[in-house]
Amino acid sequence: MKTLECKCGHINPEGTQLCESCGRPLTEEARNKPLADMRYEGSARRSQTYNKTIIDKVWNFFSSVKVGMWIIVAILVAAAIGTILPQVFYVPANNATEAAAYYERVYGTFGKIYNDLGLSNLYSSWWFQGLIGLLGISLIIASLDRVIPLYKSLKKQKVRRHLSFLQRQRLFTKAEGVQEDVLTDAEKKLKELKYTVRRENGALLAEKGRFSRWGPYVNHLGLIIFLGGVMFRAIPGWYVDETMWLREGETLAVPGAPGYYLENNSFEFDVYDPTDSNEVFSDAIERVGTIASNYQTNLTLYRGENEEITGDPGELTEITEGPTIVNKPFKFESYNIYQMDFRLDELRSMTFQLQDKETEEAFGEQFTIDLVNPESDYDLGDGYRVELVNYYADFTGFEDGEPQSKSPIPNNPAFLIRMFTPDNPQPETSFVLIRETIEPFGENEYKIAFQSAETRDISGLTVRKDLTLPILMVGGIIFMIGVVQGSYWNHRRIWLQQTEDGVVYVAGHTNKNWNSVKKDLHIVTKDTQIPRPVDQQDPEADMDFDEGDEKS
Amino acid sequence: MAQSKKTRFYIRTAILTVLVVAIIGTIYVNVTKEKNAVLAVGDQAPDFQLVDMEGNVQRLSDYEGQGVFLNFWGTWCKPCAKEMPYIDKHYQLNKDQGVQTIAVNIAESDFKVNSYTKQYGMTFPVVIDRKKNVMDLYNIGPLPTTFLVNPDGEIVRIIQGEMTEQDVANFMEEIKPL
Amino acid sequence: MSLVEISSAALYLAFVAYLLGTIFFGGAVKSASKEKSAYNKRWGFYGITITVIGFIANLVYFITRWIAAGHAPVSNLFEFTAAFGMMIVGAFILIYSMYRIAALGLFALPVAVIIIGYASMFPTDVSPLIPALQSHWLTIHVITAALGEAILAISAVAGLIWLLKNIDMTKKSKQRFWIEAVMYVLVVTIGFIVSTTVFSLTYEPVQYSYVNAEGNESVIEYKKPALFGMNESQAITEGAMEPLVNVPALVNGNKLTTVVWSVIFGTILYGLMRLVFRRRLAEVVQPFTKRTNSQLLDEIGYRSILIGFPIFSLGALIFAMIWAHEAWGRFWGWDPKEVWALITFLFYAVYLHLRLTKGWQGEKSAWLALIGFIIIMFNLIVVNLIIAGLHSYA
Repeated sequence: MKTLECKCGHINPEGTQLCESCGRPLTEEARNKPLADMRYEGSARRSQTYNKTIIDKVWNFFSSVKVGMWIIVAILVAAAIGTILPQVFYVPANNATEAAAYYERVYGTFGKIYNDLGLSNLYSSWWFQGLIGLLGISLIIASLDRVIPLYKSLKKQKVRRHLSFLQRQRLFTKAEGVQEDVLTDAEKKLKELKYTVRRENGALLAEKGRFSRWGPYVNHLGLIIFLGGVMFRAIPGWYVDETMWLREGETLAVPGAPGYYLENNSFEFDVYDPTDSNEVFSDAIERVGTIASNYQTNLTLYRGENEEITGDPGELTEITEGPTIVNKPFKFESYNIYQMDFRLDELRSMTFQLQDKETEEAFGEQFTIDLVNPESDYDLGDGYRVELVNYYADFTGFEDGEPQSKSPIPNNPAFLIRMFTPDNPQPETSFVLIRETIEPFGENEYKIAFQSAETRDISGLTVRKDLTLPILMVGGIIFMIGVVQGSYWNHRRIWLQQTEDGVVYVAGHTNKNWNSVKKDLHIVTKDTQIPRPVDQQDPEADMDFDEGDEKS
Repeated sequence: MAQSKKTRFYIRTAILTVLVVAIIGTIYVNVTKEKNAVLAVGDQAPDFQLVDMEGNVQRLSDYEGQGVFLNFWGTWCKPCAKEMPYIDKHYQLNKDQGVQTIAVNIAESDFKVNSYTKQYGMTFPVVIDRKKNVMDLYNIGPLPTTFLVNPDGEIVRIIQGEMTEQDVANFMEEIKPL
Repeated sequence: MSLVEISSAALYLAFVAYLLGTIFFGGAVKSASKEKSAYNKRWGFYGITITVIGFIANLVYFITRWIAAGHAPVSNLFEFTAAFGMMIVGAFILIYSMYRIAALGLFALPVAVIIIGYASMFPTDVSPLIPALQSHWLTIHVITAALGEAILAISAVAGLIWLLKNIDMTKKSKQRFWIEAVMYVLVVTIGFIVSTTVFSLTYEPVQYSYVNAEGNESVIEYKKPALFGMNESQAITEGAMEPLVNVPALVNGNKLTTVVWSVIFGTILYGLMRLVFRRRLAEVVQPFTKRTNSQLLDEIGYRSILIGFPIFSLGALIFAMIWAHEAWGRFWGWDPKEVWALITFLFYAVYLHLRLTKGWQGEKSAWLALIGFIIIMFNLIVVNLIIAGLHSYA
């Protein structure tokens, strides 16, 4: 490894800008600058010094902040493009074909192109995830490459720095012919300002808030943990995201949670009552009409006896019951059940009356057909009975004389019913629809008259399990600690040197918030012969502003 | 010095490799997630157990050593109604040669399933997946869907949609034990 | 007087106080001399005192409305935007207490005034919370995010002053064009407020039926004369004017009409101002910025981003994720509002890195700060009103 020897005798790694020990500029470039470049303390970023193998080249590529910035900008632009039209998962479509049709129908040619380019599913695309992956690599390598040299040089820094270093600081001043001991006085003042002060004959270094320099690396670490956590979702069993439609009274297996069953006891849908609610709401309710106040499904959780095998659960044991409400999911084990959607009023059962077709005289008792689990025979008393021959939940018409149903959902129930009456030896057959009756085998004397119907609601539930959350939480907390540490504190340093013949040099540096170190320097230099330090980077510094002055 | 250069090379290679592998792995899993969820040919057919209309327990793993013609259906589905007679016919021809047939109805009522099996004269075991968990397990989308399971319990074919009589005959032949 | 009435009165008082405060801060920086003067100091003192009084009135608005409604007043567009305006003033007071720059008040207060004015164009009645908003996270997430954005906005104000001060208005340049464009957009925002107010006083709302993108018939109410009709729109109200042109279903003709009216009013207003001053607006305000120290403005811009960025990250990303997990079971769903919060975060991250490693200070920093504020406003206005998603309040 090549090295750079400084005039002070310190051996620096190749690529160092300012001597780690005394601060002398080591390169031509550093010597020509009026102000010292204090980024990373002028230390050598390791990556820049080796560029031999392909691995080194790749490493250096990711180590570059410039590359990192381009990756962020690429993510930023891509993310923005993804919001032009709704993403495919917010679109009412069940599959790719329906989605394609939807984009073309609603958004025209632009929608078609958008969807064809895959922009409608941009965030799940391999290239977008790849960009985030590249950002992760950049975060890791760029941080590793900087934090180690920075740590070393901050640890190594000497109290006495070379004059060329002090002069190149943004805040600098000097005074001649100072006889009294400036350093002891300054040490006292700086200690009051909570600085850590080190002295070495004729030189003083006061430092405050060095830990804030680690802030960026701490927050990058948090981000890396967070991204790592997101990656763990890909591990089978760590992440479950399923949906289920559960009708009132129905018990179904919980998708993604083998062995568990959920029963929907009832669905509740409430609106704000204009007379009952807080009266300040009355205007709003009047303007909007109705405002929903609650969506809730009351659930019972069961475990099946046959846990080890899918299918027939055997005996169900109740584990717990409770509601799932928007913002208050129903929780069990590591699963959360969310109230996401609902449909109101699906037919549950229908009640009929056997009647004389002409006179509408009723015979026997009313009977109710359970549409979920119909029975075949209904005894109406007095010798009247009906038999349900067949039931078509979603009747669409006849094909070759055969009634057709297009789904098992009772959207348009139809019943083929035989009516047995004491006075007719042969039963009459009737095909009963919601609004009409068909008599397939000739004129009937009797008819089945619809009386009433019961409905039930359907809850749309989401089943979620995410074992990565604790990792994400840790990542988030570390990120916040790092970002606060780096933003709300700053690393201030003040150098004072006094020669034996009474020349005093004062220099100050901070990584941010220059006003703070200016104030501190002012406190040190006021009531002394030392002039107030000048901000060498501020061309307007000599002008007298009444603003921005030291006011604590 | 040479030593440290080598070490540096190995460390960098190791870090980069780990990162790249992890990221590509994650992206691969995420991008193929949807396809992964569905069972594929060559997978072991997941075991399940349901009670048939006669009250007998039907467990897939009990038929190890035999081929299983596993048909998911609904009473309202037209293609199901067309293929049922063919399935029944070939069930009769093959049941003694080691090919079983199980028809899984998705959560319909006993009434509806019974009247249907009567209407079509189905003689093979019919089970109802009342909790819809076998449906989940097999990722059933549109009906009918048929899985051919060979005597080793492996899925050798997945058929979505209607089958002709010739199809049914060929498929049962395909899973006949040797 | 009911609590809601007290609340409205307090907001009105705050609004007036901010206007007054602007005038006093204007007085504090108007002297062209760079001399320290007792005169300027006194005006600055009056300015900040009035601002603080206004801010207290604004807090009274916020708290009384909170008590009256039983939930934090951040639950609809009016409430959120008004709270954002209030927080900009709060952030200004915070930064002012550190740096004592009167020019900052001269520009930050009008921004807050415009934002509060914009807010009050939306329905202001107190509405109960829909189920999706019934969570403590509403309070925590929205207030933190808005506070972060407000502090970030101060950096844009500092950037604006920096640019107004340092751009050479005598020579034609890209910078001169774009800074004038910023002034024009500010005037168009006022145009929106003026046009909405004018039409609410003089124009009887009219209903039209139309066919939406899904092919269904719907009814919409226009509160402004319909320049652009909805898809296949038909007037329902008798005597209603026919729209000049009907737009396809993809575009909301009502919103487009509002935008175009705002631009028309804004442009007329801008034209009048140009006529009166006979100069570019940027040039008109430039003298007010001359007495500030550029280096200090740059530092204020950077400092407010340093203060605002962690708060924004906490509120708009971390708290947002926690709430999203509680409400929807996923901490991140690529909803447009979420995406734009992420874009804001990434943008300021880029700002910080460019500043630290590429030495982007002064002019470049100032432009970036301004763009950051545009992204924030984009998320507030465009994403809420145009790109509908889970977050759309209205």
